[in-house]
Amino acid sequence: MSLDPRVNRLKLGDPNAVIKVEEGENWNVYEVFHQEKRGAHHEHVGCVHAPDPQLALIFAKEQFARRKKCVNLWVVKSADILAFDVEDEDMFANNLEKTYRDASGFKVMEKINKFKQSSKGTTDVK
Amino acid sequence: MLNKAITDLLTKMADDELILGHRNSEWTGLGPVMEEDIAFSSMAQDKIGHSWALFRILEELPEGRPADLNAFCRPEAAFKCCHLVEYPNSGYDFSLMRHFLFDQAEAVRYESLQESSFEPLQQLSKKVKGELKYHTLHANAWILQLSKAGEESYDRMQTALNEIMALAAGIFEPARDYEQALIDEKVYPGEKELYNRWLDRIYPVLVKASLNLPDLNAIAPAYGGRTGQHTPYLGPLLKEMGEVFNLDTAANW
Repeated sequence: MSLDPRVNRLKLGDPNAVIKVEEGENWNVYEVFHQEKRGAHHEHVGCVHAPDPQLALIFAKEQFARRKKCVNLWVVKSADILAFDVEDEDMFANNLEKTYRDASGFKVMEKINKFKQSSKGTTDVK
Repeated sequence: MLNKAITDLLTKMADDELILGHRNSEWTGLGPVMEEDIAFSSMAQDKIGHSWALFRILEELPEGRPADLNAFCRPEAAFKCCHLVEYPNSGYDFSLMRHFLFDQAEAVRYESLQESSFEPLQQLSKKVKGELKYHTLHANAWILQLSKAGEESYDRMQTALNEIMALAAGIFEPARDYEQALIDEKVYPGEKELYNRWLDRIYPVLVKASLNLPDLNAIAPAYGGRTGQHTPYLGPLLKEMGEVFNLDTAANW
């Protein structure tokens, strides 16, 4: 079992766990990230409104994990996310012309297919 | 004898879950915020699911009736739910406090059933463990949140606790004729023991929330539900809940 030590985990059932509202703090928006199985990437699925991270996690559980398979969730305050300005989208524009940067530029499929067809490949590789 | 005792235990548990599940579902679409509306409705659905599982166990016992007939076609006096679950939702403070006190009691009860000599209950208690973990986490978080959210909020939570405590203590009304048999046969540890475990569970949360537990010696637990004596609120609820089913009890759904 490998558990990322950089991640803080909510301890369930601990009555001493501190849940506090900051003075004057209003409800915040939290982004929710859903993990389908242990070891998989957490994928962004939407957001919830909540007064604190704990309640955000509690809401996220019913909001985003009541139907689809889920083993864990992350919540991150939307305000803590840093993103590029919408106007700066042009920074990414010329990537399309640099096809040599695409992984597709590497002609490995031929080699893989050749390997699969070889006698060794057919026994060991599906 | 033991069969009757187990039937009594299963029936009161199933009725509590069914009636509170129905009451809590009345908040659907009216919850304070959308996220909470969904969470609370979802937990109400879990309760109906628990009652269904218990009625299914009852169905398999000698002289067991089909689950739907048990849920929708019994006279009021045959219901064994406690008074706590019958009360209408006067406000969200009341419903949340009831949710906290009931679900902690439910968690304590099902945890004890993990050791039950009655196999079907032992299996069910393992199945609902994760759900109840979420329910009590949700309840604890709200109690702490609202009791620290200013004077008005704190007062409302304390008032709700004062009003509900006697009703909540009524969850643990001992089964007059069957209590000792169920304890002796290790079906469950008995209401008195569950009551004490429940107090141990809710007390640290209330302390954390700075809420004062009412004087337990001064309250009279709301008993009667387990022997079919109910508040005037149960009758109308049963009528509404069974309205569609009773149009044609033999219909296939």
